[in-house]
Amino acid sequence: MNNYNSKFGQFGGQYVPEILMSAVGELEDAYGKYRNDPTFNAELTDLYNNYAGRPSLLYYASNMTKDLGGAKIYFKREDLNHTGSHKINNVLGQALLAKKMGKKRLIAETGAGQHGVATATAAALFGLECEIFMGEVDTERQALNVYRMRLLGAKVNAVTSGTRTLKDAVNETMREWTRRVQDTHYLIGSAMGPHPFPTMVRDFQSVISREAKQQILEAEGKLPKAVIACIGGGSNAIGAFYHFIGDKGVELIGAEAAGKGIDTPHHAATIAHGRPGIFHGMKSIFCQDEDGQIAPCHSISAGLDYPGIGPEHAELHTQKRANYVGITDDEAVGAFEYLSRTEGIIPAIESAHAVAYAIKSAKKYKGGSIIVNISGRGDKDVASIARYKGENINE
Amino acid sequence: MNNKKFVSFITAGDPSLDKTKEFIEVLSEYSDFVEVGIPFSDPIAEGDVIEAANARALAGGTTTEKVFDMLKTVKLSPAKSCKLVILTYINPVFAYGYDKFGKRCKECGVHGLVIPDLPFEERAEVEGHLNKYGVHLITLLAPTSAERIKKLASVASGGFVYLVSSMGTTGVRTKFDSDLAKTVAQIKKSTKIPVCVGFGISTPEQAQNIRKIADGVIVGSAIVKIIAEHGNNSSAYIKEYIQTLVN
Repeated sequence: MNNYNSKFGQFGGQYVPEILMSAVGELEDAYGKYRNDPTFNAELTDLYNNYAGRPSLLYYASNMTKDLGGAKIYFKREDLNHTGSHKINNVLGQALLAKKMGKKRLIAETGAGQHGVATATAAALFGLECEIFMGEVDTERQALNVYRMRLLGAKVNAVTSGTRTLKDAVNETMREWTRRVQDTHYLIGSAMGPHPFPTMVRDFQSVISREAKQQILEAEGKLPKAVIACIGGGSNAIGAFYHFIGDKGVELIGAEAAGKGIDTPHHAATIAHGRPGIFHGMKSIFCQDEDGQIAPCHSISAGLDYPGIGPEHAELHTQKRANYVGITDDEAVGAFEYLSRTEGIIPAIESAHAVAYAIKSAKKYKGGSIIVNISGRGDKDVASIARYKGENINE
Repeated sequence: MNNKKFVSFITAGDPSLDKTKEFIEVLSEYSDFVEVGIPFSDPIAEGDVIEAANARALAGGTTTEKVFDMLKTVKLSPAKSCKLVILTYINPVFAYGYDKFGKRCKECGVHGLVIPDLPFEERAEVEGHLNKYGVHLITLLAPTSAERIKKLASVASGGFVYLVSSMGTTGVRTKFDSDLAKTVAQIKKSTKIPVCVGFGISTPEQAQNIRKIADGVIVGSAIVKIIAEHGNNSSAYIKEYIQTLVN
């Protein structure tokens, strides 16, 4: 397998308090041992296929293709996975590893709640204790997922510090890890944090592009012109990109949350507005002020509402191997509705950011195909989209 | 209190930088080191009390530059030949520029720097820039350091070795790591720099007990809490409280 360094170019590293370094080191050793272990990988594949429902479909969106009159549009249907998003790929990998490391308890941050639900699910499956940290704002906009996590046996803590969103949920989970590290694994939900998390999460999510590459070659006999994925921390995007990185003819496009507009203060467009910095265990790119204070961000999507991106994306951006584009709340909501009506697929509002870019750019790729990663299903977003449209419905 | 060290901590800009200067001068009468926190938006090693102080300081417009400007005007008491130390997170230092940060530390008489989220593995990128100006990057150790102790303690160059008392974040607590004395002894095998213990020390009894096993105590949250309560009028209360700890 690929290398196991802590850095992606200048990005990555292990910037965590000394109190956590022994746990981070223990994890680095354990994952270093298991990542190329055939038994571990066979167990994980079995979980993917017989629990999560993989491989996920590569669906040809014929109505949308016809309607837009450009590239042939394919969807990688991560929304069809058990628990309804790509998050389960990473969660099953880390939970299996935690079990092998003898850990008794999983803790995790969550934004939209998809990662929290996936973690609570794996904890139930593996018989582990589970505690989820979620920004108070997000517990309100994703109340159903909070109940879902409780139903699965997890304790959910509403985080009331800072901006009360995903960034603060990460802070609080890190603090909790310092309080109880010995028997606890911090199951980070995105391709971020200190090494080995970005590499490990990338490896677990790369099943998306491994399958997609094979599937598109079967369907089209050639590689796509572009792969498009939404990006918050960047785990579904790095998973969708990974096996195409070496194929220079395939454009890799990350759709970040431009919120109310990239020229307003209300966005979460890290690549467009961020600068290199060091935060949450990694050197990467972050939205911040000139003093290095992390900037509050905004997105209609709780899952993209994060002021940084994973270090491998920072490096792909620096190397100009991937392009990152901004999609506003309005555009994402438009794509959410469009996909529901055109294909009968309700995507997660996060994934709708990628769909919105596909709608904009389909013509550009005429004569070829594009793959859009539908990272999750949109049931969780229905109530908040209704509210966005001025309709007050109860969940 | 014999030759044991006393290290105090306050967050710069809470309630104002003028008041921080006044508090530092008061603390310097009793402290071997005053740690001044440059506030950060997301202080992941801090408990509620210091996190709230960080938020207040930032809301009041505190910036790295303004903290340095204030430090330059501080008149430390000659009583204990007190030294200034800055505590902040890696991102504000990175954003300011490592070299420029080191230079400003020297200009403002700052002896050392504590960066909670910069472990041994990543210190190389910062340390050279600080050493160039004679500023020490202070070594932090924790109850979980175990076999890392020798490697980490042997690079300690000045100031003090900051040993975290127990698991968790900063803030008042009743119990410390049961192996603390053993950890201190292990650290002392690898360095001559004084080993001071911090995180959660607030009562005179706790300070007394820590002094029995280590070279000194670090008190932060308890002082910051007094400032949160008494604001501009905190000096007298700080003085009264510190006297109970050092005597």
